[in-house]
Amino acid sequence: MDDLQARIIELVAKSKNLPVSDVRMDSTFEELQIDSLDKINLSFEVEEMFSIEIPDDALNSLRTVGDVVRGVETLRAAAPPNSTAS
Amino acid sequence: MNRVVVTGLGCITPIGNSVDAFREAMFAGRSGIAPFDPGSLPGVLLPEHGIRFKTTAKVKDFQPTQNPAQHLTSGFLLTSELGAQFGIVAARQAIAHSGVLQHYDPAAIAIVSGCSCGGRAADEDANRNLYLRGARVPPTAIIRTMASSGTSNIAIENGITGPTLNIATACASGTHAVGLAFQMVRSGMAPAAITGGYEAALTYGFLRAWDSMRVVSPTSCRPFAADRDGMTLGEGAAMLILEPLDAALARGARIYAEIVGFGMSADAHHVTQPRAEGAALAMRRALADSATILGAPGPDMLPSVQRVGYINAHGTGTQTNDAVEAAAIHQALGEFAPHIPVGATKSLTGHSIGAAGAIEALATVLALDAASLPYTAGVTAVDPSLHLDILIGEPRPLAADRDLALSNSLAFGGLNAVLVFRQYRA
Repeated sequence: MDDLQARIIELVAKSKNLPVSDVRMDSTFEELQIDSLDKINLSFEVEEMFSIEIPDDALNSLRTVGDVVRGVETLRAAAPPNSTAS
Repeated sequence: MNRVVVTGLGCITPIGNSVDAFREAMFAGRSGIAPFDPGSLPGVLLPEHGIRFKTTAKVKDFQPTQNPAQHLTSGFLLTSELGAQFGIVAARQAIAHSGVLQHYDPAAIAIVSGCSCGGRAADEDANRNLYLRGARVPPTAIIRTMASSGTSNIAIENGITGPTLNIATACASGTHAVGLAFQMVRSGMAPAAITGGYEAALTYGFLRAWDSMRVVSPTSCRPFAADRDGMTLGEGAAMLILEPLDAALARGARIYAEIVGFGMSADAHHVTQPRAEGAALAMRRALADSATILGAPGPDMLPSVQRVGYINAHGTGTQTNDAVEAAAIHQALGEFAPHIPVGATKSLTGHSIGAAGAIEALATVLALDAASLPYTAGVTAVDPSLHLDILIGEPRPLAADRDLALSNSLAFGGLNAVLVFRQYRA
């Protein structure tokens, strides 16, 4: 598991007060009982952690933890080098 | 109209996180007021924190992620600040205690709470980070800041869909809430009610604001004392279950006390200078209201006045409040005033603003239930100019022929609320 993946899984686990072992890349938001408010809050924390901005349409398409990880990877790759804080 | 009784209680307070703990500390006169460390406040600017007073009354051992009895899911933790969390857990205690959900339709039960300050910690955190470093504001800032957050979450946790609202009338919020719930159950608008108050606003900004008002005690809140020097800020929650007497008897519920009257008034005078006439009017209205149950008043005198055996005063411990409240008690109760035992729960719990009236309603109910009047902690010499019988030193028995108790709340802004409770005798 790479660092980005581990950090997002840890963030998700903490937000739902779950053990990290309960959160996998293919865990769906539905399985984790992540509702719309949780999703907005999680997105905020991911944005803060990685200094990115998740567009509304991308946010609406997120269904799994893996979607978040891949979305962050994409956004970081697209961002100018000096804006990719970790 | 229904007669209304209290059949369930719950609390999170600086002197105990259960009704049993609260009762024990209250009658022992064990205060929750203690020194605090300004350096522990989020956002505090050290070394000059600027707070001149030394004590607060904080809730201890509230651990919603560790203590199963106080457990809150991640959803509740995300959407509520500490005060609302106190309210959720206090309501949970009262509901379990009374069994109210097993006997009434959750679609009809009312929830009426008092909270004045809302989630100040979330507000201050967000604004500090925004203004100082241009940080983004978390999406939960709005919902955590709402004064009604606890009220909503009580409804959510218990699946209650009846009339549900929060009242914000500063220091009288909790009493207004209990009074309105009383009226709703008495009239039949709701078959039962969960009511009380919650507040946790001991943030750096809040403490600095109170410090600037120069009404906080440099020592400790000592209501009606000759040497009183101000209020002490507190936090907490208390919740009561109200239901009709007939229904409570039919289901064999434990009855703690009856509510027989509620009165409200506004001073219409000044936002920080209380006027005795306003508080006296609320007391007289509350006693007049009790005539619906106790019998019609005479033309000039309320027959219930001579049955008042205890006043749980607003009693903040400031020079002005206590003197004006004493004058109001004399105006409202006339020749009986000097002979009625008066106590102030804030000497134990501090002043928890929106929760204060609810915590004091709880104290009044427990006093009537035990037929014992708690004393005002920390007071050794009463201000003789008040001409009141202030309870000090040790608990005193409730006089056998005096079965009524008043619980006063006199808020900043001149908003007054008074409840009349009656000792319940089976």
